[in-house]
Amino acid sequence: MQTVRLLMPVLAAIALLCATSGGAGASTPLRINGSGGKLLLTGGVTEFEGAAGGGLTPWSLIGGYGTRDQIGGNAFRTRLDLPDYRLDADGVMIGLFNRVELSLARQRFDTEEVGQALGLGRGFTLEQRVIGVKLRLFGDAILDQDSWVPQLALGVQHKRNNRKAVLKSIGARKAQGTDLYLSASKLYLAHSLLASVTLRYTRANQAGLLGFGGDRHAHASPQLETSLAWLLSRHLAFGAEYRMKPDNLGIAPENDWYDLFLAWAPDKHVSLTLAWAELGTIVIRDHQRGLYASVQVGF
Amino acid sequence: MCKGADIGCIGLLLALLAAVPAVARQPAPAASALFPADHGADMRASLPRDPDLLPVFRAFGGRDGLRAVVEDLMANLMADPRTRHYFERVDRERIKDKLVEQFCVILGGPCRYSGDNMREVHRGLHLARADFNALVEDLQKAMDRHDVPFHAQNVLLARLAPMHTMIVGD
Repeated sequence: MQTVRLLMPVLAAIALLCATSGGAGASTPLRINGSGGKLLLTGGVTEFEGAAGGGLTPWSLIGGYGTRDQIGGNAFRTRLDLPDYRLDADGVMIGLFNRVELSLARQRFDTEEVGQALGLGRGFTLEQRVIGVKLRLFGDAILDQDSWVPQLALGVQHKRNNRKAVLKSIGARKAQGTDLYLSASKLYLAHSLLASVTLRYTRANQAGLLGFGGDRHAHASPQLETSLAWLLSRHLAFGAEYRMKPDNLGIAPENDWYDLFLAWAPDKHVSLTLAWAELGTIVIRDHQRGLYASVQVGF
Repeated sequence: MCKGADIGCIGLLLALLAAVPAVARQPAPAASALFPADHGADMRASLPRDPDLLPVFRAFGGRDGLRAVVEDLMANLMADPRTRHYFERVDRERIKDKLVEQFCVILGGPCRYSGDNMREVHRGLHLARADFNALVEDLQKAMDRHDVPFHAQNVLLARLAPMHTMIVGD
């Protein structure tokens, strides 16, 4: 995606800015005090729609390693191999002052043989772009260990799918849509456990890969997404996710998603996530489950 | 005691010394409520306050183990370019003594903290969240080096984390 490629030098420029800025004494209203202040893995990894979180669902953490007077950013590449499909995703994200997260992601959904079976051609691919904005409302998931209050964030994901005609032909109402979500996350450090709950208001079919709204249900509905991650060490986390899905299309039933993941961060510049994902039925094929692999680089 | 110019350095470390109540499995009360108030009290060692913390205290190797961790912590802080300037011109021996006392208290050990209130000490220092986290990372390194189990480390860190409100920024 042109925009994503254009953003890489912007990300690099911001990294350079953070490396050279910082230190006390500046009295400008917006002072960037370097980068990299957060503890390891406390920015989450990048979920496949481009937001900071787990693998399949966003958390309320602001991505990147910047603390409240810093900037952080990262880029990700994800691949999910299913028996009958392949999903690739990539994108970039900027975290500003541990308050705002901006993300851009591109997803490519390859229908492989199913495309042929549907008369679309073997390897017919749908592409979706996601623009994300997340705002931390209050709380600190990591530091508020003396309180029950979670970190709460409000997020928006605007999605555009490029196969309008095909989506209409399977019953989708629109080829673009906007998800709205509220996410609450908290690290129970004394128990080495992170928990997150996200409530998403959406009418996206298969997260937008099959359009928005359908013949069964035209309008948005609330969907619950949860994650639980156990910290095994400073560098390693093991977790599980569950994502409820709407079921808007008559000809393409849809299931809830599950996954078990392992996230490894050797340092603050790289993380690797491996997961076993269960996506259920996608269009005319059931039991879509497979290996999810994601790499994230950033600061 | 720290002189004026050095308050920043001792303040950063003394931030760790705020008492965090030994309440297992519940969020601790606000750290500001837990400042040690009286220095004239009985200094005799007492039984650990919370039996659930005993395995954690033991995982650290008791008071001797805490001493070893704190020695390494100070070495790390002096080697760390992010924190060195805070600790170069202070009484590091005294700081280490107070740290051991405080970690011991936090982990329910038979100790009493005899240090000072650090909220006042930190006022106006403009310490950043990243400074606080840098110290936490140096502490994690010290605990790793002494093979403190990860989950025991997190029990200590969970009780230290709320102190950020007293240390960080204005």
